[in-house]
Amino acid sequence: MANSRRRFWIAVLSSAAAALAVLCLAPLVGSTSIDFSRALAGLSPDHEILFYTRLPRVLLALLAGGALAVAGVLFQAMLRDALATPYTLGVSSGASLGAVAAICMGWREVGHLPAIWLASFAGAGLVLFLVMGIATEGRRMSSFTLLLAGVSINTICLAAILFLQYIANFGQTFAIVRWLMGGIDAVDYSTLGWFAAAVLPAVGLIFLRARDWNLMAVGEDWAAARGVSVSRLMLTGYVLGSFLAGSVTALAGPIGFVGLIVPHALRLKLGADHRLLLPCSFFTGAAFLAICDTVARTALAPTEIPVGVVTALLGGPFFIWLLRSKRRSLWI
Amino acid sequence: MSVLYSLADAGMRYHGAPVLDAVTLSFASGQLVAIIGPNGAGKSTLLGIMAGLRPGHTGRCEYRGVEPTRWPRRAFARKVAFIPQSLRVEFPFTAEQVVLMGRTPHCDGLFESPSDLDAVERALAITDTLAFRHRDFRSLSGGERQRVILASAVAQQPETLLLDEPTTFLDLQHQVAIYRLLRDLSRQGMLVVAVTHDLNLAAAFADRIVVLNAGRVAADAAPAEVLRPEKILEVFGVASELHRGPEGRPWILYGQ
Repeated sequence: MANSRRRFWIAVLSSAAAALAVLCLAPLVGSTSIDFSRALAGLSPDHEILFYTRLPRVLLALLAGGALAVAGVLFQAMLRDALATPYTLGVSSGASLGAVAAICMGWREVGHLPAIWLASFAGAGLVLFLVMGIATEGRRMSSFTLLLAGVSINTICLAAILFLQYIANFGQTFAIVRWLMGGIDAVDYSTLGWFAAAVLPAVGLIFLRARDWNLMAVGEDWAAARGVSVSRLMLTGYVLGSFLAGSVTALAGPIGFVGLIVPHALRLKLGADHRLLLPCSFFTGAAFLAICDTVARTALAPTEIPVGVVTALLGGPFFIWLLRSKRRSLWI
Repeated sequence: MSVLYSLADAGMRYHGAPVLDAVTLSFASGQLVAIIGPNGAGKSTLLGIMAGLRPGHTGRCEYRGVEPTRWPRRAFARKVAFIPQSLRVEFPFTAEQVVLMGRTPHCDGLFESPSDLDAVERALAITDTLAFRHRDFRSLSGGERQRVILASAVAQQPETLLLDEPTTFLDLQHQVAIYRLLRDLSRQGMLVVAVTHDLNLAAAFADRIVVLNAGRVAADAAPAEVLRPEKILEVFGVASELHRGPEGRPWILYGQ
């Protein structure tokens, strides 16, 4: 027992330390060099660049990356498919469809909030309930029906996005394509606060059931025969994971690869125990996306690279290296 | 001995076709029961209903007076452990982690307690799986996997153990070892119900054999009574001879 607790704390604390290090260092990097003491003293423009441009952006990247990685681990366990992503079950395409519709309609602001956020959040919610309605029979929900319902809705949403893109004018098409690449932007602190208030409790609730996810990742009958209420757990996981994926998509677009690669890399290192995997994925996903976003805004400064391109270009080769170095201990 | 399971007129249909029909049986603690029968006779379905994993059956199937699907899931899992035919695992769980999952209905915290670890340690020891406890479950041979799955059920410390073909992939030594273990567990008061295709292992170890044929109970008695040649011919369509071993245990010769 002492041993497994120690292993847990070492893994969790070291990944948390990595995320903390990124949080401290990434805001100091950028196309304009800033003086840290001037920024702390509140002197312009260093203060504004550090605290109102870079820090919120790094914080958003950390939260979004953590949320995507946790949603990835969760959906992979639920569907017993190591290739599942936060986007497999359709919510993110619903969010994208909402955003694309907002761009096409020329909606800019509703109240004080950007229309794209609201529209994509609405799209995500709509798909969430739609998939849930299709996938439940009576009160039962199985991973198989969930997967089929999610993939179907996913396809329909993607087709609708293509249609909107086809009838949109040139300027709108550019905005759509750019949005679909995903990107982290500087946001104000109240938005960040809301985002954190949405993401962190969901991640916590998922983590509380970590033992049950272990059983679910092996099989539904396996879990049910060991006292897990499978349908209820499945529903909880679907709602929480979709909520995470939908929230991230609304704010940052569909950023790919984080939810796939971070869980995989950690499983190679830590094994499949979700008690380690979930918290470590949160912190590692956070660090990974924040690093990618830092590269995205500095590599070709003053031009920005879409962060989705960076996650794939950095993550892909790293993953191949990890896979090859660990090949002998893989049994697939 | 107390009656744990009572089934009356239990049945199940898949798309209108009956796979299990009018099954009336009862099982008491301290028994080792083998369920035999041809492919498609409804053996796994019966076990699934008893494990509470196949809702929607007709008739009655009660564990201690309550339908398995109406039991609180965790409470039922502390009473009844179920071992599937095979297990395909997608993720890199170690053998020990798979066994540890058997403790789920007993613990509330995120970490296992000392009593959980004790139970796991004993389960690993009596199933002869200590040697590969830290190996990736997916890297194990079919027989090793089956023993790990059994260890997981033993760690669950149930009063009833339901097994679906527990010895399919096992070598001779481990087939015998597993059935000895099952017999010991039943001697200690556990109800053990095992679906099997090995009639001679059933004859050697079971207290009672239930024969299913086309979804119905074709026989339910002590091994020597059930394994008569006319019964084997009727159910399996194979000619056989019934012999007696040194301790009076029956064994059959078939395929002549």
